[in-house]
Amino acid sequence: MIQSRYKYLFLFPGLFTLIAIIIFPLVFTFRLSFSSWDVVQPTLDFIGFDNYVRVFNDTRFWESLGTLGTVVFSVVSLEYVIGFALALLLWQDIEKNRFFRVLFIIPMMATPVIISVVWRTMFHETLGPINDLLSMIHLPAVPWLSKPTSALIAVILVDIWQWTSFVFILLLAGLLSLPHEPYEAAAMDGANRFQIFWHITFPMMAPITIGILIIRIIEASKIMETVYVLTSGGPGTSTETSAYYIFIRSLREFQIGYSSAMSIVYLLMMILALTLIAKGLTKGLVSKGGI
Amino acid sequence: MRILVYRGIKYLVLILWSAFVAGPFLWALSTSFKNDAAVVSGATYIPFVDFEPSLEGWEVLFKATEGVNIFGPYVSSLVVTLVSSLVSLALGTFAAYGLSRFTFRAGPLGNTDITFFFISQRIITPVVLAIPYFLLLKMFRLLDTHVGLIIIYIAMLMPIVVWIMVDFFNNISTELDEAALIDGCTPVEAFYKIILPECVPGLVVTGLLCFIFAWNDFFFAFTLTFADTQLLPVSIVALNSSKVPWWSLSSSSLIAILPLVFLAIWLERYLTRGALLGALK
Repeated sequence: MIQSRYKYLFLFPGLFTLIAIIIFPLVFTFRLSFSSWDVVQPTLDFIGFDNYVRVFNDTRFWESLGTLGTVVFSVVSLEYVIGFALALLLWQDIEKNRFFRVLFIIPMMATPVIISVVWRTMFHETLGPINDLLSMIHLPAVPWLSKPTSALIAVILVDIWQWTSFVFILLLAGLLSLPHEPYEAAAMDGANRFQIFWHITFPMMAPITIGILIIRIIEASKIMETVYVLTSGGPGTSTETSAYYIFIRSLREFQIGYSSAMSIVYLLMMILALTLIAKGLTKGLVSKGGI
Repeated sequence: MRILVYRGIKYLVLILWSAFVAGPFLWALSTSFKNDAAVVSGATYIPFVDFEPSLEGWEVLFKATEGVNIFGPYVSSLVVTLVSSLVSLALGTFAAYGLSRFTFRAGPLGNTDITFFFISQRIITPVVLAIPYFLLLKMFRLLDTHVGLIIIYIAMLMPIVVWIMVDFFNNISTELDEAALIDGCTPVEAFYKIILPECVPGLVVTGLLCFIFAWNDFFFAFTLTFADTQLLPVSIVALNSSKVPWWSLSSSSLIAILPLVFLAIWLERYLTRGALLGALK
């Protein structure tokens, strides 16, 4: 660490720009959560903790949190495993395999809301290609978006399609920046592919793995546009994630006070969960990486 | 023999994943050449063989009056995305360098707390912020303007920049800075001349992520602009409003995604060229 009076020159422009933009929304949301502001009575009154009590008794809110947990866990773990496998298959032959690398990067660049519209046409039960392809290999048609389980799988599938590319590119960048010496040493020792992966590549990739998993958990938790376009949270509330439920209460029903309280509770839950996950990951992976 | 089996499995996996990734694009491409009759007759794939192609989906994009004017939103999206990405990249990189190299104290709060403050902004879902942002922009008369959206996007993007760049700077040895300082550089000069060139790959990847996140945003564009400023995703989803014209939806989706395909090609070149250089060191 270097000490210098110049240090504020670096931090302050960014920090205060961010604070200037974010402070009003945060304070205002917090204030709203203690009011009964809704479509009938848009007033900033004070009703104490009524909204918070309502949140704790709202089973639909806790169910949406459960759905979110299922979605996030499924997509992040699968995206990590698939992304890592693809990156390992493609990081060594630089000149060959260019086509695959470019193709595998593209999905994250497709606007989620637009590509979800395309996916919805693909999941169409009678006119879409997915059931058509299933029937070609003699599998029964799946009622994709009209049954709870398959609708959830559809949402998960679209997320994996889109964001595996993101995990892939970051892991690829990480692999490409690894030092060469350990590999040369391992080659001299006659280590096989599996040993090299488990004892060299994986431990060296531990720090970047933690970063990627945390970023993906945070970003995946915001899943909203895919749900909005594909299923609108349905059938019933089976694919309703927290962000989508808050969206319904705030921008559809204009229960602004109540939805603000939900937002605050959701935010606190997320920060708590992320802190625990980050601690767990650091402990699990770094002890492994420490060799 | 084992090498052959390995190669076989490798290319099988790669081809299967390619099919999965390319599927929606190929489907959209095929659908963009269909018309009402071709869509309702069930899933078909190859024009001329499976169905009679029609240019309806593409023509509607270039018709000025009843069609979708895609050009205006395209330029708007590009301007908003580029400006907000560049500003976020500049401010965020400075802040990240500060956090990585200097000790900050404000009462009980230190560097990690400030870094966490930046990162925690990403945790807030856009839904939470929609209404306060709406009122905020209204207060400053920035609703439905490019500037308004750019300001909101800066708050959305800067945390990503700080997050990634702090890690990047932490991996660059402080000995480099110290050597520059001993040579008589000011900290600002040391940053510009010595450290910044070292982290160009990080800046490229981070800048690209900013571009993607801003280009792909739907929610803020949807809630904070309506008439004068229309961004690409909003104008495309607007197509979805009444009946679902699969063909024009497909053609406009492809047009929206096209520029990013070139970005993917460039990014791949950039990443692997860096690796080649690293191998030569």
